[in-house]
Amino acid sequence: MQVEVAQCACCANETEQEKLQRIAHVIDEFKGQPGSLIQILHLVQGIYGYLPIEIQQFVAERLDIPLSEVYGVTTFYSFFTTQPRGEYTIRVCLGTACYVRGGAEIVKRLSQTLGVEVGGTTPDRKFSLEVMRCIGACGLAPAITVNDQVMRQVSPDKLNRILAMCD
Amino acid sequence: MVNITINGKQFAVEEGLSVLEAAKQNNILIPSLCYLEDVHQVGACRICVVEIEGARTLQASCMVQVREGMKVRTNTDKVRKARKMLYELMLSDHPRNCLSCFRNQNCEFQRLGEIIQITDFRFEGEKSKTFVDHSSPSVMRDSSKCILCRRCITVCNQVQGVGVLNVQKRGFKSVIGPADELPLSSVNCTNCGQCIMACPVSALGAKDDTAQVWQALFDPKKRVIVQTAPAVRVALGEEFGLPPGTIVTGKMAAALRELGFDDVFDTNFAADLTIIEEGSEFLQRAEAALKTGQPGALPLVTSCSPGWIKYVEHEFPQTLDHISTCKSPHMMLGALAKTYYAKKIGVAPEDIYVVSIMPCTAKKFEITRPEMLLDGMPTVDAVLTTRELARMIRDAGIDFCALDDMPFDAPLGFSTGAADIFGATGGVMEAALRTVYEIVTGREIPFESLNITPVRGLSQVKEASLTIEGAKPEYAYLEGVTVRVAVTSGLMGAKRLMRQVADGTSPYHFIEIMGCPGGCINGGGQPRPSNRAVREARMKAIYAEDAGKPRRKSHDNPYVQQLYAEFLGTPLGHRSHKLLHTHYTPRGRYNQYLKARQNESAEAAAVEK
Repeated sequence: MQVEVAQCACCANETEQEKLQRIAHVIDEFKGQPGSLIQILHLVQGIYGYLPIEIQQFVAERLDIPLSEVYGVTTFYSFFTTQPRGEYTIRVCLGTACYVRGGAEIVKRLSQTLGVEVGGTTPDRKFSLEVMRCIGACGLAPAITVNDQVMRQVSPDKLNRILAMCD
Repeated sequence: MVNITINGKQFAVEEGLSVLEAAKQNNILIPSLCYLEDVHQVGACRICVVEIEGARTLQASCMVQVREGMKVRTNTDKVRKARKMLYELMLSDHPRNCLSCFRNQNCEFQRLGEIIQITDFRFEGEKSKTFVDHSSPSVMRDSSKCILCRRCITVCNQVQGVGVLNVQKRGFKSVIGPADELPLSSVNCTNCGQCIMACPVSALGAKDDTAQVWQALFDPKKRVIVQTAPAVRVALGEEFGLPPGTIVTGKMAAALRELGFDDVFDTNFAADLTIIEEGSEFLQRAEAALKTGQPGALPLVTSCSPGWIKYVEHEFPQTLDHISTCKSPHMMLGALAKTYYAKKIGVAPEDIYVVSIMPCTAKKFEITRPEMLLDGMPTVDAVLTTRELARMIRDAGIDFCALDDMPFDAPLGFSTGAADIFGATGGVMEAALRTVYEIVTGREIPFESLNITPVRGLSQVKEASLTIEGAKPEYAYLEGVTVRVAVTSGLMGAKRLMRQVADGTSPYHFIEIMGCPGGCINGGGQPRPSNRAVREARMKAIYAEDAGKPRRKSHDNPYVQQLYAEFLGTPLGHRSHKLLHTHYTPRGRYNQYLKARQNESAEAAAVEK
C-alpha cells in the first residue's frame, strides 16, 4: 500500500494569474458543449483546489450562464467544495457495501483522530475529511480515498498507518 | 392524430400532446401541481401520476406523450394512494399556516389539498427551510412556503433569461434562490415579478405596501393622489370574479374614490405626455443620425418598463446611451403632481402623497432609485400592484361589481386611445408612430383606422417599416427614409435585440421593449393565474378601450397641450428635462454584489484583528 504525493510541484508553485489562465483555457475548450459544466468544474477544482464564489463567477461569465446555475451544481455534488482543502483529502465511501462493512465506524474514527467534522479541514491545512456515496469499488469495501488513491478494505486500525504515510 | 383510451373511453388526440393535456382537452382533469401551461413541464412534483398499461411504474402524465393505442387510467386505487402520499409528504414540509397567508383561498397547493381530500396530517417532522428574504423592494421570497416545483426557475431562466433563481444545495436542504444565499436585492434581479406570476404558493410575492397607503389615507394632513396604469383596468375585474378582459375603468375610479383618495388621476395622461417627449427625442436623435451621421444616436429604445431598464443596466451597460431618457409615465405624473398640480391647488408638495396602481412589481423598485428624487423629495410615494388594490377594495367592504362608473379627475386624468395601448406589447411603438408620423408629414399615419397591426400580438419580436414621403421642410432629412422599428416583450427577446445594438448591427431606428411577456397586461403585479388565453383577453380589452375613444393620438390630448402652454414650455425643454427625464446606472452582472461581499469579509477580518 502506498500513498502518492498528491500535489504535483507544478501546481503548487503556480501564481493566481497562471491558474486563472489555465482555467480559462479549460472553459474555452468545453464552451458551447451542452452538459459540460460538471466536467469543467471538476477540472477547475483540480487546478484551483476548491471553488470559491469568485472562481464560480469566472466560470459563469466565461460560459455566459447564470451564476445561480453554477452555484447550484457546485452545492449539489459533494465532490465540489467551496472551502480551501487540506493537502490530503480523505473521502470515506458510505455507499451500501462500504456502509455495511463498517464505513460509518471509519468516519467516526477519522473524525476523532483528526479532530474535524465531516466536511472540515484540520487547522494545519493538512487533512480534509469528506464522505461520499459509492465510488464504484464495492469489491474493496470498506474503501476510502486519499486524494485520488483508493485504499482497500480499510479497518479502523489501518487508519493510523495510512495517516502516517501522508507525512 | 393518435387514438388513446383514457379511463375506458376512446379519444383521438393530437400527436405530441402530453397525457395530461390530452386528458384535459377531453374534460378529464388530472390533478397536477408543478405543470404550468406553455411554460413548465418537468415532472418535478409527480402529483399528476397515472397508470399506463404496459408501464412498470406510475408515470407523470405531464411528461409522457400520447402514443397510438395507449391505455391510461387516471383514477385507480394505486394512483389515488400515490397522489395522496405525494401530497402528504409535501405537506409535511409546509408551515400550514394558511389563515395568515396572503395566498389563502387563492393557492394552488391549498386547492389541490381540497381536491385530494386531506383530512389529517399523518407526517410530522423537521421543516427544511425557514429563510425569508425581504431585501428587495419588489419581490418577497419565503422559502418556508416553497414546494420546490421549480416553475420560477423556468420562468427566470428560460422565459426571461435573467437566471437569478436556481436550486441550490441538495435533498432535504434544497432551496430555490440566488447563488451563495445572496439576498435578491443584491443580485441582477430585474424585479419583473414573473416568478411571482408562476409561483403556485406564497413562496414568491410582491412586497406589500398597503399598510403605508392606508396610513396616508387616514392622515388628514395628506392630500393623497392616486394614478392607475392602463393595464390595471383590464385585469382588476378578475379579482372580483369578472371574466378576463372585462374593462372596469369606471368602477376602478369609483372604488378609488370610495377608498378615500383625494384625486383620481390616470397614468394614461402621462403616457400621452411620454409620447410627446419621446417622439421629440426620436426626431432629435434621427436628425443627429441622418444629418450628421452621429453614431450611437439610433436606435432609440423605449424606457417605460423598469424591469427592462434594470435588465439593460446589468446585461448591456454599454448600450445605455440608446435608452430614451424619458421617465416611465407614472414617474412623470408623480413629478407633475408635486409641482404643476400642487401649485394649481395651492398645496405644499410635502403634504402630497402620490400612489401609483401598477400591474408591475419593478415599479416598486423604480421609486427607490435615487435619480428619481426631485430636490431630495420622492415624487411617487408608494406603488401598489393590481392585486394589492383588490385587497384594499375587499378590506374596505366595497362591493366592486355593484359600483357605478365614475370618470377620472381633471386635469391629469384625461387621455387618448394612444395612451391606453401602452399596456400591451407594441402599444408604445404604435402610439409613438401615430404622433411622430403626423408631426413629420402633417398627415395621419397610413394604417386603417390608425391600427398599426404589425406591432400588435404576442409574438416575441415584431417588426414594421414605413417609408416617409412628403415630409415637411423642417424634417427634410427624413424624406424617403424607410423607418424600421422592432417591438419585443419578455427579456429573452430583449437580449436578442440588444445584442445587435451592442454589436452595432441593429437594423432598426426605434425599438420598444417591455420586460414582461405580452407587456404590462401580464406584469408581475397582475391577478393570477395568467395564461395565454387570459393575456389575449386583456390585450383585446386594451385595444377596445383605444378604439372606443374619440381622440386616439397623444398630441390631440388637450390637457397635455395645456400643460405645455401653462407650465412646461416646449418638449425636451428645461422643465421637461428636470421633471420628465432621467439617467441610468451601469451595473454589470455580478461584480456589484460580489464586491459588497468581499468588503463585508474584509470588514469582518478587520474586526477580528
